[in-house]
Amino acid sequence: MMELATKAAPDPAPAMTDQPLLRVEDLVKHFPISRGIVIQRMVGAVRAVDGINFQVSRGETFGLVGESGCGKSTAGRTILQLYRPTAGHVWFEGQDLTTLKGEDLRFKRRDMQMIFQDPYASLNPRMTIDDIVAEPLLVHGLLQRGELRDTVQDLLRLVGLNPKLGNRYPHEFSGGQRQRIGVARALALQPRLIICDEPISALDVSIQAQVVNLLEDLQERFNLAYIFIAHDLSMVRHISNRVAVMYMGIFAELADRDELFNNPLHPYTQALLSAVPVADPVVEEQRRRIILEGDVPSPVNPPSGCRFRTRCPVARERCALEVPEWRELSRGHWVACHFAESGGIIQG
Amino acid sequence: MLIQQANELNVLEVKDLATRFQTQDGTVHAVNGVSFFLKGGETLGLVGESGCGKSVTALSILRLIPEPPGRIVRGKADFLGKDLLQMTPEEIRQVRGAQIAMVFQDPMTSFNPVLTIGRQLTEPLLLHLGMTKKQAEVRAAELLEMVGIPNAADRLKDYPHQFSGGMRQRVMIAMALSCTPQVLIADEPTTALDVTIQAQIIELVKRLRDEIGMAIIWITHDLGIIAGLADRVTVMYGGYIIEHAAVKELYANPLHPYTKGLLESLPRLDQRRERLTSIEGMPPLLLEEPRYCPFVPRCTYAQDRCRVENPPQVSVAPGHEIACWVDVRTGELRS
Repeated sequence: MMELATKAAPDPAPAMTDQPLLRVEDLVKHFPISRGIVIQRMVGAVRAVDGINFQVSRGETFGLVGESGCGKSTAGRTILQLYRPTAGHVWFEGQDLTTLKGEDLRFKRRDMQMIFQDPYASLNPRMTIDDIVAEPLLVHGLLQRGELRDTVQDLLRLVGLNPKLGNRYPHEFSGGQRQRIGVARALALQPRLIICDEPISALDVSIQAQVVNLLEDLQERFNLAYIFIAHDLSMVRHISNRVAVMYMGIFAELADRDELFNNPLHPYTQALLSAVPVADPVVEEQRRRIILEGDVPSPVNPPSGCRFRTRCPVARERCALEVPEWRELSRGHWVACHFAESGGIIQG
Repeated sequence: MLIQQANELNVLEVKDLATRFQTQDGTVHAVNGVSFFLKGGETLGLVGESGCGKSVTALSILRLIPEPPGRIVRGKADFLGKDLLQMTPEEIRQVRGAQIAMVFQDPMTSFNPVLTIGRQLTEPLLLHLGMTKKQAEVRAAELLEMVGIPNAADRLKDYPHQFSGGMRQRVMIAMALSCTPQVLIADEPTTALDVTIQAQIIELVKRLRDEIGMAIIWITHDLGIIAGLADRVTVMYGGYIIEHAAVKELYANPLHPYTKGLLESLPRLDQRRERLTSIEGMPPLLLEEPRYCPFVPRCTYAQDRCRVENPPQVSVAPGHEIACWVDVRTGELRS
């Protein structure tokens, strides 16, 4: 374990210190929709991610929230180049991942791992826990079979599992334990960035806190950066340093955690926050809820101008005509709304 | 087991309900003697994690437990003075959907995908209310309008897949309310939905509750939803009711270590917590009927007595009951 601990806190080269770990620039991912069986024509595209910009520093947790279908998971996968972006750049430690191919990309992937939502579907049911955790080490040729055992046991211990259980199969474990296995697998290559895609939403409430605490401990120990993708805003507030709110493939707002939750400027953020129930009847009694009308429009054909205008209670004429600029209203607080200064729904 | 005071206003009174399932691994003791009541027009929150028995409790009341492998082994469920568990299949069919309706978690799988919404919505009206086809169609359109579906009359011809998740849950609610039931059992009806859609559905249910005056049993694992919706809350663990109180009392003054732990493990949107207090361990598998407190392996307050004797549900304050030997305020056994 000592070896893991020392290597995972990378000593950044002097030139790299000011550089963010990850910089995402105008990232776009469209999925084509085609018609026809013999001659396939492209008739449109699902604009899952449609131009997002942000950066993540070492040891930071960047929260990415939004409703289902907003593109948050696609964003995560496109950053890792599991989906190739339609446009834009992903700079990881100064290198543009979108230009990397084959062996170079595989080499870089060691530093970026992923934890998935469904601990039932993301572990191969025919592999033992030991094999699952060892697989990344073998694939990347870091260790020989003989050396694996100790490393795998260290990893299991690290995530709070009994190493003696390593020869068992995933179905013998509970959801929370399986998610720990997923975390151990992600840690095996000593990454600097882990993309956590809804890592706790399939777990019971009392188990969620266990996994979140584990993620926090590991972050502190190894100076990990997380991109924490979730729809549970309370948990995102708890774990993140900065948070971006996504709606239909773009960012509506991005700010430091407390700034975003205390002073949301985009009407969508305001509505989203007001919709989250708080586990306190006294608070609930006094809360004013903003109920948004209708559903999210189709990402194939997003509304003109501001994408949120069809559900926005304070939309005006300009919102249909002009795409709102992604602008920094105060230091580190970015928002895409023409009327962010007027306070949105809360004061408006 | 302390039986809650009988009340003339109670529409539903469940006493000592126990349900078991035969599985490959043995008998699962899903519900182990659950007693609660429901007053007319009130909302009762039934809270707990997966496998705690909350859904099985609801399904048992409506006799929707598949038999085998399931079996209701004991208990009573008095609905307006008649025991649902003793009714003939014909009698219970008259109650189900008409006087007690249910809304399920997944609106996609609870509809028949090959029948139009109109056909499914008119079915209970034809069956329970004896309407003619014409009347039923008019009423069905009214119901869709009531739950906020635009172009209601036209949408009756659509199939379930043509509705979004939130809209489907609205249709589900319309169907449940079609015969103006006295009791609505809602089993995690918003769990599959996004928060903004969830807020819409909760708002809708609150409005309809006040209009129709029905009582609701809202089953959920989300303590946030319950805080803003329920009048009283019942917390289940390992097939038992471990705490029961009025909503404000429960959140302000949780007296069972599990409830207390659960509330402390939640991150809050409106305040910052440095570190979440987690409940270590896992819920019990219930392969045998617990002879001692089912929460003991995870409980930080556990004493010797907790490991040998299962605590009964006792009243500790007016309307506040717990099943625990320990007083969490002092850490000592309650005298």
